[in-house]
Amino acid sequence: MAHSLDQVVSAAEAATYPGARGPDRVVTIDARGVAIAVHEWGAPDAPPLLLAHGGFDFARTYDTFAPLLADAGWRVVSWDQRGHGDSGRAELYSWDADLRDAVAVFEYAAGDRPVAALGHSKGGGMMIHLADSHPFRFRKLVNIDGLPSNRPVRDIAEHDRTKMLVGEVRGWLDHRRRTAGGQRKPGTIDELARRRGRMNPRLPIEWLRYLVTVGATDSDDGWRWKIDPSMRFGGFGPWRPEWGLIRLAGLGLPFFGMLVTEPEEMGWGTQPHEIEPYLPEGARLDLIDGVGHFAHIERPIDVANRVLEFLGPPA
Amino acid sequence: MSVTTIVHNQIELALHQLRAGDPDATPLLVLHGLGERTPSVAPSWAETWPGAICGLDFTGHGRSTTPTGGGYTAEILLADADAALAHLGAATVVGRGLGAYIALLLAGARADRVRGAVLADGPGLSGGPSTATSAPVLIVERSAGTPDPYALVELARDLRPPDYATTFARLAVEGSALAEPLAVAASFQPEWLRAVADTPGVAERKAVGEALALYRPIG
Repeated sequence: MAHSLDQVVSAAEAATYPGARGPDRVVTIDARGVAIAVHEWGAPDAPPLLLAHGGFDFARTYDTFAPLLADAGWRVVSWDQRGHGDSGRAELYSWDADLRDAVAVFEYAAGDRPVAALGHSKGGGMMIHLADSHPFRFRKLVNIDGLPSNRPVRDIAEHDRTKMLVGEVRGWLDHRRRTAGGQRKPGTIDELARRRGRMNPRLPIEWLRYLVTVGATDSDDGWRWKIDPSMRFGGFGPWRPEWGLIRLAGLGLPFFGMLVTEPEEMGWGTQPHEIEPYLPEGARLDLIDGVGHFAHIERPIDVANRVLEFLGPPA
Repeated sequence: MSVTTIVHNQIELALHQLRAGDPDATPLLVLHGLGERTPSVAPSWAETWPGAICGLDFTGHGRSTTPTGGGYTAEILLADADAALAHLGAATVVGRGLGAYIALLLAGARADRVRGAVLADGPGLSGGPSTATSAPVLIVERSAGTPDPYALVELARDLRPPDYATTFARLAVEGSALAEPLAVAASFQPEWLRAVADTPGVAERKAVGEALALYRPIG
């Protein structure tokens, strides 16, 4: 093994974390040609509760949260979105493609029966879209800090906004050219954990090291995150996040949204007063004090208890 | 006619040379419409073009790769066209239908390398809605050949807000050495194209050949 000398944590040392438990079952399903890795916690015959992860995350980021739901009687079913974790890499990535892959997981877990579902961040937005398009698949829906805001972007002169766009577009096009056949940057467990720490500044380093052991692969020149290098943060396109509010307002099922008080890199900074006018009838909205975007990792028991209270007994 | 394979990330794109030309003259890049492929002969309106005439098969079309499980966006096709532009160095672009929309995006993104873009009628010119809708999640059967059914479904409904389109038109006008780097030659003008045609610095002509004459290299 040719790891650099600054590696201070072995895989064995990093492989445990208080409260973390790997899935009871992992299966790969065929989402019309794309292999999607499905991770399940809990009894196979318990009522399904589907969990959708956020962008650049993967199902195993639920390793502390999912067991709490499973132990309360749910069959928790999460999956790695295409290009993430143990799912297959695809030539193309898009919001619509992620939604179709999600449909394949819903079909696998429950056929066309309605189920409870939860999404974090991007996964939360995906589940709102899917609940709008396929309402027959949903019984109840929970969203953890994945609610869009209609707040205008910073007050920037039109000319400057146009210049910013061309920078983003060219950066993205250059990235498309560069990453043909590319690989993610290798490193030690600590290096990968620190790199991820830039996206997860509020999460303990021990958790980030643990994530490396379940979300990266080890090879001769080091560990690499199991995330397709052709994917990239940011991007551009015609979609405006606030358009998601239209779908939120139209949901016809019990809905529970959670927002957080602590701003951080990956969060959307949405405030309750921005969401309240668009909440569907009877919806619940909690503002969780003192936590950031990854509330379910920072405070898994608190967040799981809120979810379980909202869902009621598994059924 | 010769075909060059261009790599765009995991996709192999077919760039057809429809006709050779003066190597010192700007090549012409032809972008087809939705569900089409590069024609086997150079279009008649390009007969007098002095440079080489090339046509790109977009992802999932013609002889280019069909990806597994869809995921098409106009921005991905922009990156297809950008890969072709990188191969050619610089080009004048004519786009039909969906290709017209992609030609607009390319002219904005690479204003220094696109020596004029003509936006013409063709399949997929309208695109999808111009604002948020309750978009269905559609599952279609896989197909081994082209055009990819996912391309037909996804690219027929991509969002095309007029202000997004005019941003690219402004980028083209501001970044190009040409006074009118875009020319609309479409008898049908959906909302986004009408907005582009109304942008200062965008020319309008009745026929493609007439619009292309604006960019004909001086020999």
